[in-house]
Amino acid sequence: MQTYSRKLLVVICEAALENTLVEDVGRLGAAGYTIVDVRGSGRGGTRDASWEADRSIEIKVICDADVADRVAAHVLATYSAHYAVTLYLADVSVLRPEKF
Amino acid sequence: MARALCARGILAKLRQSAGQDIDGGFGHLRARHSGAGGCWLKPGGAGVVAGCYLGVMDPVVFFFLLGVFARLAKSDLRLPDALYEALSIFLLLAIGLKGGVELAKLPFASVAVQSGAVVAMGFILPIPAYAILRGLGRFARPDAASIAAHYGSVSVVTFAVAAAFLNRREIAYETHMPLFVALLEAPAIVTGIVLARVGALGSVRWGALAHEVLLGKSLVLLLGGLVIGAAVGPEGIVPIKPLFIDLFKGVLALFLLEMGLVAGGRLADLRRAGPFLIAFGLVVPLLFACVGAVVARLVGLSDGGTALLATMAASASYIAAPTAMRIAVPEANPALSIGASLAITFPFNITLGIPLYLRLAEALRF
Repeated sequence: MQTYSRKLLVVICEAALENTLVEDVGRLGAAGYTIVDVRGSGRGGTRDASWEADRSIEIKVICDADVADRVAAHVLATYSAHYAVTLYLADVSVLRPEKF
Repeated sequence: MARALCARGILAKLRQSAGQDIDGGFGHLRARHSGAGGCWLKPGGAGVVAGCYLGVMDPVVFFFLLGVFARLAKSDLRLPDALYEALSIFLLLAIGLKGGVELAKLPFASVAVQSGAVVAMGFILPIPAYAILRGLGRFARPDAASIAAHYGSVSVVTFAVAAAFLNRREIAYETHMPLFVALLEAPAIVTGIVLARVGALGSVRWGALAHEVLLGKSLVLLLGGLVIGAAVGPEGIVPIKPLFIDLFKGVLALFLLEMGLVAGGRLADLRRAGPFLIAFGLVVPLLFACVGAVVARLVGLSDGGTALLATMAASASYIAAPTAMRIAVPEANPALSIGASLAITFPFNITLGIPLYLRLAEALRF
C-alpha cells in the first residue's frame, strides 16, 4: 500500500491550555487534532488529574513538517516558560495525505 | 438549671416547643454544647476536649479527614474522575435549586441591595490580601495577585458545609444565600488580574477570560439551578426533591472524601510555601469573616445568614480561581495559591472556622 510521510507533533500540557492551543493549532495550519486526558510526573512535579486544576492533556497533531515546526516553535515560545509543557515530534506514515 | 449549665460552658435555652427533634429527647429543655470555643476553656483531659469538639463537627467533615488520611497513608483509594465531575455537578445544581425556590417571593429591591453589597465586597477583598502578601510576605506581584484572587473568591463546598452545620443546629438562614455564592465567584478574580497587570491591562484577553469565568461550569450550574428553582417554586421542586434535596448530604460527604484526597496531596506544597503563607491561610480567613459578617449585618441578614456570608468571605476558591488565574497570570506559581487555599484554609474553615463564624455572627448584632 502506498504511504506518505507526515509529522506527528505531540504536546503534553496543563488542561488549562486546551482552548488556546486548539486555536493556535488551527491558525498555524493544521487540519485537525486529537486530545486525550493524561496524568503523569516530571521534573515540575506530579500531576495526577484528581481535580480541575490538576488535569493534563495530550494533544496530537498530524501535519506536514512545516506546520509541525511552526506549532512547536510557537508552543515553546509562548507557553513553555510558565506552564508544564512537554512536546516531541515523530515521523509517521499516513494513507490519505489529503487529510493532513 | 439553665444558669448552672451556662456556668459550665453549656449553652442552655428554655423553649416552648412541641419537642420534636430535641437533642436527647428533653422535652422543653433543649441543651447543646456552646461550641468549640467554650469547650477549650473547660478544665478536663485532652480526651474530653477532643470528644466535645468532635461532637460539634458536622458528620460530613469526617469524610474529609478520612480522605486526607487515605492520601497521607498512600492508600490506593481514588475516586474516578467521572464520579468527581458528576458529584460536583450535582452539588452545584442542588445548591442553586435550593437557593432559587424562595427567590421569586422575595422583594426585588432588598435582594438587589444585598447583591450589590456582596459584589462590592468581592471586588474589594483581594486588595487587603494583596497588600499583606506584598508588604509583609514579600511575594512577587503575580504570586500575590493570584493568591489574593483565590482568597477573595468563594468556595462552594465550604458554603455547603456551613449550611449543613446550621441545618444541624436548626439555625435559620435566608434561603437565597446561594445567590451570593454565585455573585462572589467572579469579582475577586477580576481584581486579582487587575492587580497582577496594572500598567499592562491591554495585554489581558478579557473576552476569553470572561467566557472562562462567567460560562464556567460552576457559575452556569449555580445560576442555572437558581433560575430553575425560582421558576418552578417550592411546589415545582417536589418531583426532583428526592434526588437533589434528600440525597444532598450524602453526596456532600462523598465529595468531601475526594476533597480530602486532593488536599492531602497538597500538603507537600506547604513545605515549599513556608510559614508566612501558612499563617496567612489561617489569619486572613478570620479577618475576612469579620468583613463578611459586618456586610451581612449592614444589609440586614439574620444570624444564620451572617454566619454564612462570613464563611463565604473567609473561604478561598480552588476551582474557578485557579483555572482563571492560570490563564490570565501564567507566571504566578499555582502551588502557592492552591496549596494555601486547599491545604490550609479549606480544612481550617470546615473544622474550626465555621463554628467560630457562627459565634462571630451571634456576637455581632446591631
